[in-house]
Amino acid sequence: MEVSYFMSQYIPNTEADRRAMLDAIGVASIDELFSDIPAQVRLAKALDLPEALSEPELARHLRELSGKNRNLDELTCFLGAGSYDHFIPAAVDTIISRGEFATSYTPYQPEVAQGTLQAIFEYQTMVCELTGMEVSNASMYDGATAAAEAMVIAAAETRRERLLVACSVNPETLRVLGTYCWSRGYELTVLPCKNGLLDRAALTAELAKGDVAALLLQTPSFFGVVEDLTGVADELHAAKALLIVSTDLLALGCLKAPGELGADVVVGDGQSVGNSVSFGGPAFGFMAVTKKLMRKMPGRIVGQTKDAQGRTCYVLTLQAREQHIRREKATSNICSNQNLCIVAASVYLSLMGPQGLREIDEQILAKTVYAVDALVKTGKFRAAFAGAPAFREVVLICDEPVASLNARLLEAGILGGLDLSKSHPELGNAWLLAVTEQRTKEEIDRLVSIAAGGDR
Amino acid sequence: MTTKVLPELKYTKDHEWIKIDADGFGLMGITDHAQHAMGDLVYIELPDVDREVKAHETTVIAESVKGANDVFAPMSGTVVEVNSDLEDAPEKVNADPYGSWMVKLKLADLKELDSLLDAAAYQALVEKEEAEA
Repeated sequence: MEVSYFMSQYIPNTEADRRAMLDAIGVASIDELFSDIPAQVRLAKALDLPEALSEPELARHLRELSGKNRNLDELTCFLGAGSYDHFIPAAVDTIISRGEFATSYTPYQPEVAQGTLQAIFEYQTMVCELTGMEVSNASMYDGATAAAEAMVIAAAETRRERLLVACSVNPETLRVLGTYCWSRGYELTVLPCKNGLLDRAALTAELAKGDVAALLLQTPSFFGVVEDLTGVADELHAAKALLIVSTDLLALGCLKAPGELGADVVVGDGQSVGNSVSFGGPAFGFMAVTKKLMRKMPGRIVGQTKDAQGRTCYVLTLQAREQHIRREKATSNICSNQNLCIVAASVYLSLMGPQGLREIDEQILAKTVYAVDALVKTGKFRAAFAGAPAFREVVLICDEPVASLNARLLEAGILGGLDLSKSHPELGNAWLLAVTEQRTKEEIDRLVSIAAGGDR
Repeated sequence: MTTKVLPELKYTKDHEWIKIDADGFGLMGITDHAQHAMGDLVYIELPDVDREVKAHETTVIAESVKGANDVFAPMSGTVVEVNSDLEDAPEKVNADPYGSWMVKLKLADLKELDSLLDAAAYQALVEKEEAEA
């Protein structure tokens, strides 16, 4: 039976166009193209879909749907927990909206993809500069899988199966680590923290048991605490284990590069640089390693070389590691990257430069201190990890349940910090407050006044 | 193309060779047939010294322009030395496969020699494989 293909403004082919194509290939109807599918499994009727909407009707419908969401243009955001409201210059969107970036495909043919490949190379270079590492890949899907793949590298390199992770890592990352460890038969041990920082004695004790492949430590941690990495790499290397640091590219504008502190692998989520919150994604994961681990690193890598005329050019390199060549022996199945998101990050990082990043970080530090001091002064809040250095986020213990605090704030158009009381009941009424460079003094003052305003 | 096979060596069916000396050490590498099949080698990943390997365990990874190939230990033993010349010049394996040893092993069990192929048996194997290819 002939199914009708109606004309639509979204599909430019007319009935005459279709007829001409059918005639060219010598087929009487579109249905005939499906003749190899047995009749008994073919759908013999039209799909049960509602009537097509015109463009104005469609626009109205989508506006209605999106109108049900609240967004960070109308809400003042003090929520973080892995996804942050940082300023994104207009230039980022303008550049990544260019067709050459927005619609380009994977750069497997270097002769037609030099723009994409160069952009990736620049991104890799900036990641190396910020992390202090020797080689970066073209990005992973997100920070969580980047962390998991880092563990796989460590297990493969040390030929051991015990992995350690600090309890202060992002809980979603921890779950992904658990999944990867389960599927590969690795043993994952979570190390406790003391006052928000990794319990070094616990690390020493676990290392003494032997057979540890690596420690994954997140800094700034999920709680915003900045770890002191002094001596950690040395202790791990003495036990023939690796140090994996999960960090934040924006924070590296003011923090010491993990590479300088002996990290073997540096990973993290790149949302904070040039990528919007967007209800969780997309963004990207970054990964950088020492030269020694270069051939164990998953994902695409772009290299710089010379063409036949001696001109500088870029290619995908070290592809022998990837699954389309190594197949089941590949260390990872990833054969893609988050290209548009890393171009956004590269535009952002290029615009800011090292000085700009440092300025943003100084604002973040100053504003966080200002907010925390003001909240503590009201007498209704105290820092959970007093004395621990913090970047962009602080855990505060509140007098009242966080749920009612956040409800009051939301009514006033403020998105409060994450309620940790269910996931971390041992902390009590714990509130993970994030303060980015976007927050003004007025916004912070308003937060403090409303937060302290409840009487319970 | 006639592949080169040296009479004094022992071979595996996976195209590795091993040369045993009087002190119970073995030098291992890949055969002429293997280097030809792999194509131009660009990187040889050698094991760490002191690593213990079992016969048929992947000991070296030979990366060529075509792909990354597992090279298996012909016999069980402990790695006592690796050929660091191959780090900067992997192409030596293509040019001189029998002269480019990869790993020196302190052999664990000389009885394993019985399961290896001698030159004639290996030659026959290669000729059969090349005919079927």
